[in-house]
Amino acid sequence: MSSPAFADHGTVQAVRDPAELAISSAGLTKRFRSGQVAVNAVDLAVPAGSVYGFLGPNGSGKTTTIRLLLGLIGPTSGSHELLGEPMPGGSARVLPRVGALVEGPAFHPYLSGRANLRRLDAADRTVDPATARVRIDAALDRVGLRAAAEKRYRHYSLGMRQRLAIAGALLRPRDLLILDEPTNGLDPQGTREVRTLLGTLAATGTTVVLSTHLLSEVEQICTHVGVMHLGNLVAQGTLSELRARSAARAEVETPTPERAAATLRVLGLSDVSSAGGQVSALLGDVEPEKVVAALVHADVPVRGFAVRRAGLEEMFVQLTGEGFDVSG
Amino acid sequence: MSVADLRQSSDPARVPSGGPVGAVVYRPHAVSSRFFRSELLLIFGRRRNWVGGLILATVPILIAIAVKVSPPSPGGGGMNFLNQITQNGIFVALSALTLEMPLFLPLAVAAIAGDTVAGEAHLGTLRYLLTVPVDRTRLLVVKFGAIAVFALVATLLVALVGAMLGLALFGGGPVVTLSGTTLPFWTGAARLLLVIAYITMCMTALGAIGLFVSTLTEQPIGATIAILVLALGSEIMDAIPQLSVIHEYLPTHYWAAFGDLLRDPISTAAVVPGIWSALAYTAIFGAAAWARFGGRDVTS
Repeated sequence: MSSPAFADHGTVQAVRDPAELAISSAGLTKRFRSGQVAVNAVDLAVPAGSVYGFLGPNGSGKTTTIRLLLGLIGPTSGSHELLGEPMPGGSARVLPRVGALVEGPAFHPYLSGRANLRRLDAADRTVDPATARVRIDAALDRVGLRAAAEKRYRHYSLGMRQRLAIAGALLRPRDLLILDEPTNGLDPQGTREVRTLLGTLAATGTTVVLSTHLLSEVEQICTHVGVMHLGNLVAQGTLSELRARSAARAEVETPTPERAAATLRVLGLSDVSSAGGQVSALLGDVEPEKVVAALVHADVPVRGFAVRRAGLEEMFVQLTGEGFDVSG
Repeated sequence: MSVADLRQSSDPARVPSGGPVGAVVYRPHAVSSRFFRSELLLIFGRRRNWVGGLILATVPILIAIAVKVSPPSPGGGGMNFLNQITQNGIFVALSALTLEMPLFLPLAVAAIAGDTVAGEAHLGTLRYLLTVPVDRTRLLVVKFGAIAVFALVATLLVALVGAMLGLALFGGGPVVTLSGTTLPFWTGAARLLLVIAYITMCMTALGAIGLFVSTLTEQPIGATIAILVLALGSEIMDAIPQLSVIHEYLPTHYWAAFGDLLRDPISTAAVVPGIWSALAYTAIFGAAAWARFGGRDVTS
């Protein structure tokens, strides 16, 4: 891929050298036979070593994108690379280095957790069979499932199933993990364990792509974010880049809200609102220090002043709409 | 991870570092039987299939006991192996195979073959196998190989249970062929092995059809029923004389020809075309399964 078009769709991601990207796609599109465009010209750029939060409402095309990335489905148009290898041509070389969790766990119900992992490991002919037992035990340990390893999968709770799926992705060291809602169904304890685990993996250089709708999760562990909406990648960049895009508001705490509000209007701030002793307005291009100076100049008694940027959640809603309906 | 790291780790044989275990260089063998063995374990470790095996084995047991309790009057002949059981126990195996050939054996093969791809798709394990990655062609080859092994084991099960029980209850001895001549016991036993091989081929051909059907759906039961409908439909059409033009092209047409292997000398008039028919069906539907599954979107 010579000239990836990363700049479209309002992404704030600067164009990077593709070799540094763990995942890159150009115009990746999937139109289903029904005519529905599930993924529309997506240009993903997941830097190597990043923890990339892949966000979007239900039905926004996240899972379809992941299926495209892994070669489970073929694109209608567009192309992508994993770890520098073109897909799907390079799948035999690159997929052993990629651990994946796609649309929830799936195992044979009448086999034990361990037997299920053994089957997955047996299917991988690029690993040493002699180390299978050690690797399976290590993977079970990492997700805290060793004690339940001999239980049939049928009797696993949703959280245990999720853990087993993560263990399946960790049967061998990976350079890239693509995890579709890995904490789905986990209790708070399990969620924290998984977050810690992903942190540990990322610290050793593994690139992690994390599809989720838990924004708190993203804020805690992700370095990069991509937001899907109606099949489009509507935003992509580092977490701070995305935060910087969101509109900042000046908030003034004062006993004289009317005078403060008037001063802010004069300065050219928009969307001025006051409630109690609190006046807030969209900062726009105005520098915060000028606001403070103007307030003092106008003899507004300032008890507190803050510049607040929208949280990830507000930004998410800004990008993907307020509606509760799933994307069709 | 730096650019250099990425380039370095693009060597397929290099296990990337970054984990505590398994970070050793391992050069994969071109051919590994691990996945195939895992597939066999999946089939033969499953309780449902043990129950199926039990049902298959019940038929020769039933025949042996029935004949022991109420021996048929001597005489008769033709394909009716039942009449010969009292003279030679090995005929319990042949009687059982004759009775199971039209329904029980195809049912067993249909259950296994229908489950191969559709079953994994239904559970969702297919997407995880493909991301391991298992090459799609390799997946089909392994699945087909497992069907063939199952067809052999199912046929062997019926034949061996029948032969063992028959020999125990009625004893062995020279084998009277369908041509009326007598073969020494061991020659007769060798003929039984030929029968097993021929039936295995016929069942494997049905399995190849089943593998193709299994790539069409995510419902294993639906696939199994469809395969069975094909097999029984073929048997029904084969029984309608007015359709004789197409008879030789039906997948089940030559199934009963295994009886010819018990003539003296062996009659190849139906057995040889039967072998070609089985090979042709295996090749055609194996290729069809590959064509269908090779580029299919896996959305299960």
